[in-house]
Amino acid sequence: MKRWLTAGLMLLLGRRKRTLPAPEDERIVPPGGADLRAENAVILLLLAAAVCAAGFIAAYALGSIPNRTQFLGLALGLSFAFLAVACLVVARRLVVTEELEEEYSPVEHLEEQAAIQEIVTESGSRFTRKRLVKVAAGTAGGALGAALIAPAVSLGPILDTSAFYTTPWRRGRRLVDQGGNPFSAEEIFEKLFYTAFPEGAEREDLGAPIVVVRMEPAQLRLPSERSGWAPEGILAFSKICTHAGCAISLYRAPLFPPAGPKAALVCPCHYSTFDPATGGDVIFGPAGRPLPQLPLTVDENGHLRAAGNFSGPVGPSWWGVRRKDARS
Amino acid sequence: MIGRTVRFLDQRSGTAPLIRKTLRYLFPDHWSFLLGEVALYAFVILVGTGIYLTFFFEPSTAKTVYHGVYGPLHGVEMTRAYRSAIDMSFKVKAGLLMRQTHHWAADVFVAAIVLHMLRIFFTGAFRKPRDLTYYIGLTMLLLALLEGYVGYSMIDDLLSGMGLAIGYSVALSFPFIGAELAQLIWGAPFPGDPQFWSRMYIGHVLLFPLAIAALLGLHLFLVAARHHTQFRRKRESEWKVVGVPTFPGQTPRSLGLFFSVASVLFLLGGLVQINPVWLWGPYDVSNGTNGAQPDWYLGWLIGALRLVPDFDVTIGSYTLIPNPFWGGALFPLAVFAILYLWPSLERRFTGDQAFHNLLDRPRDAPVRTALGAALFTWVFVVFLAGASDRVFILLGISYDWQIWIYRVLVFVAPAVAFLATKRVCEELKAGELVERRRKQAEAPA
Repeated sequence: MKRWLTAGLMLLLGRRKRTLPAPEDERIVPPGGADLRAENAVILLLLAAAVCAAGFIAAYALGSIPNRTQFLGLALGLSFAFLAVACLVVARRLVVTEELEEEYSPVEHLEEQAAIQEIVTESGSRFTRKRLVKVAAGTAGGALGAALIAPAVSLGPILDTSAFYTTPWRRGRRLVDQGGNPFSAEEIFEKLFYTAFPEGAEREDLGAPIVVVRMEPAQLRLPSERSGWAPEGILAFSKICTHAGCAISLYRAPLFPPAGPKAALVCPCHYSTFDPATGGDVIFGPAGRPLPQLPLTVDENGHLRAAGNFSGPVGPSWWGVRRKDARS
Repeated sequence: MIGRTVRFLDQRSGTAPLIRKTLRYLFPDHWSFLLGEVALYAFVILVGTGIYLTFFFEPSTAKTVYHGVYGPLHGVEMTRAYRSAIDMSFKVKAGLLMRQTHHWAADVFVAAIVLHMLRIFFTGAFRKPRDLTYYIGLTMLLLALLEGYVGYSMIDDLLSGMGLAIGYSVALSFPFIGAELAQLIWGAPFPGDPQFWSRMYIGHVLLFPLAIAALLGLHLFLVAARHHTQFRRKRESEWKVVGVPTFPGQTPRSLGLFFSVASVLFLLGGLVQINPVWLWGPYDVSNGTNGAQPDWYLGWLIGALRLVPDFDVTIGSYTLIPNPFWGGALFPLAVFAILYLWPSLERRFTGDQAFHNLLDRPRDAPVRTALGAALFTWVFVVFLAGASDRVFILLGISYDWQIWIYRVLVFVAPAVAFLATKRVCEELKAGELVERRRKQAEAPA
C-alpha cells in the first residue's frame, strides 16, 4: 500500500531526469529557467478542468436534478475556464516568449508572372481565329450557365401575382372568432378590439384575419363610396399591416394610455398607425398604403357578414400592388 | 516519440519543411489582433453545438397538438418545428444548454466580426495587399447576418414568424423583381409553401455554414500568405515582420483564447437565458406582440424600417417602390456597398497605390477615421432608433417624438461625428509634433 502511494506521489510530483539539452548556441528555441510554481499551478488547473468535466458528466447522468441546465453550463464553462488559465500560465511563464523578425513575403514575382502569361499565350498559338473561339466559348458558357440556373424557376410561381390579390372573403361570408363561433353585432363593443376570420376558410392566408372595432357612427369620416360599409359604426380591416406584414395587434383607443387624440390601429413591428374612422388612412409610421377595409353587413340573425371584398389588396406591398383590387 | 511521429508524417506526406515553417510563422502582437480569432472560435462552437441541435430539430410545418412537459402550452396547436424546439429545450438532457450556447455564440460571432472589421477599417489594414482578404471578411459578415436570421426564423415561434413576415415584405418590396423574388424564396405568398422550411433548414445547416467555412479558409490562407500587419514600434518596418512564433509562443495563447471563448459561451448558455421560445408561443399570421426585438445584429434594420416616413413611390396609382425597400434593403445594401468600395475609393482619392504592411493609427489618417466614424455613427443612430419602443416602455418618452428626433439625428449625427473626429485626430497629431520638436530641441542640450 505504502509503496503504491509513494509510486503515485512520484508519478504526480516527481520530475523526470532531464534529457541532455543541446548546447545553448545550437538551440532553435532559446533556453529559459524552470518555474516550479507555475508548473504546479498548471498541473492543478488541468486537474481542476478534469474535475469540472467529470462534474458535467455527473450532472448529465444524474436521474433528476433541479436546474440541470445551469449545472451543466457551469461545469462545462468552468472546465474550459481552467483550461484557458492553464494555457495562459504556460504562455506567460513556461514557454520562452521570443520576439523574432523575418522578411515579409515578396510583393510580387515578376518572373513567374511573365512565365504564366507566356505559358497561356503560347498554348493558344495554334488557334487562328481567337476572337471567334472566345465568342463561341462565351456563348456556350452563358447558355449552359443559364440552362443550369433555369430549374430554379421551379422554386416558386413566376410572373404571376394573382395569388397576392386573392382573399377568402366574399359577399355573405360570416365573421367567426378563433373557436369558429359567429360574431353578432351586439357583441362588438366600443374601445375594444376583435380578431375575426372568414367562416370555413384557411386562416393562415394573409387575406383571412381581420380586426373589428365599433365607433360612434357620428365620428366616422369614411370616403363617400364606402357609405354603408360600417353598419352601426362597426368597422372591419385587414389585420395584416400594409408595411411589413405583421399582425395589427394594438388598438390605441382613447381609453388606454398612452392616449393618442383618437382611436388608432397600430402594428407592433414598426408602429405603423392607421385611423379606423377615415377608413384606414396612415397617420404615423412607415406604412405607405391605407389598411384595406372590409365592408360589413348585419344579417337577419344579427350576425356580422362580409358585404364584399377589401377596399384594396391585403398585406405588404409590391411593385404594382395598386394595379388591381382584392378579389375572392 | 516526437521523432517517430515526425518521421512517420514526413515520410508519408513530405511536409516536414512546411510544418517547420508553420511552427516558426510569426504573429505580431497587439490585443486588437485577437478579435478575428474570437470570431473564429465562436464559429467553431456554433458548428459544434449546431450539429447537436440538428439531431433533434424537425424542420416541418406539419401541425401537431402539444401535450409535453411544459404545462402552459398544453393543448395548443403548433408546427412540429416549434414543438421540436420546445422538446429539445425541456426533454433532451443538455439540449437547452446547447440551444442557448448556440444562440449566444451567434450573437458573439457577429459582434466579434463587427469589432474585427472596425479594427481593420480604422487601422488601414484593408489596404493593398490585403484588400481581397477584407472583401472576403465583409462577405462572411453578410452571410453571418443571413445565417443568424434564418437560424432563429426556422423555430416558428411568434417572434420568428413576425421576423419572417418582415423579411418577406422586404423581399417583396424590391422594385421590378420583388414579387418574383419573394415567391421564389417562399414558394408561395406568405406564410409560404411548407417547402420553405426545407429551404431554410438546408440553408442554415449546410449552405450558409459551408460558404462561411470556405471563405474562412480562404481568409486565413490569405492572412498567412501575406503575413499579419503590425504597428510601428521599434524594429517593425514595411519589410520586416516582428512577432512571436506559432510554437511555442503563440500556441498556448491561442488555445487559451479558444478555451476562454468556449468558457464564456457555455457559461452564458447555462446561466443566462436567451430566446425562451416556449414563452413566445407558436406563430400564426393573425398574432403579433408588442415590444418584439430581433437579435442585436438586426437592430439596425428594424430601426431603419421604423424611421422611414409613410410613403410608397407611386406614379398615379402604380406602385414603383414600396416602403420597406428603403429601410430593409437599400439602407443595408448602401452600408455594405460603402464598405466594399472603401479600399478602391481610398486608393483613388489619396493616389496611394503602395503596399502596406505597417498599420496606421486612427489619427494618422484623419479623413478616413472621420468618414469611418460618420458611417458607424449613422448606422448606430439607426440601431438606436430600433430600440425606441423599449425606451418608451422604460422611460416614458413619447415614441412618436423619439422617431422624429432620430429622423433628424440620422443626418446631423454623422456630420458632427465627422467634424469632431477629424478635429481630434488633427489635434492629437499636432500635439505629437510639438512633443517631438521639443525633444529634438532638448536633445543636444
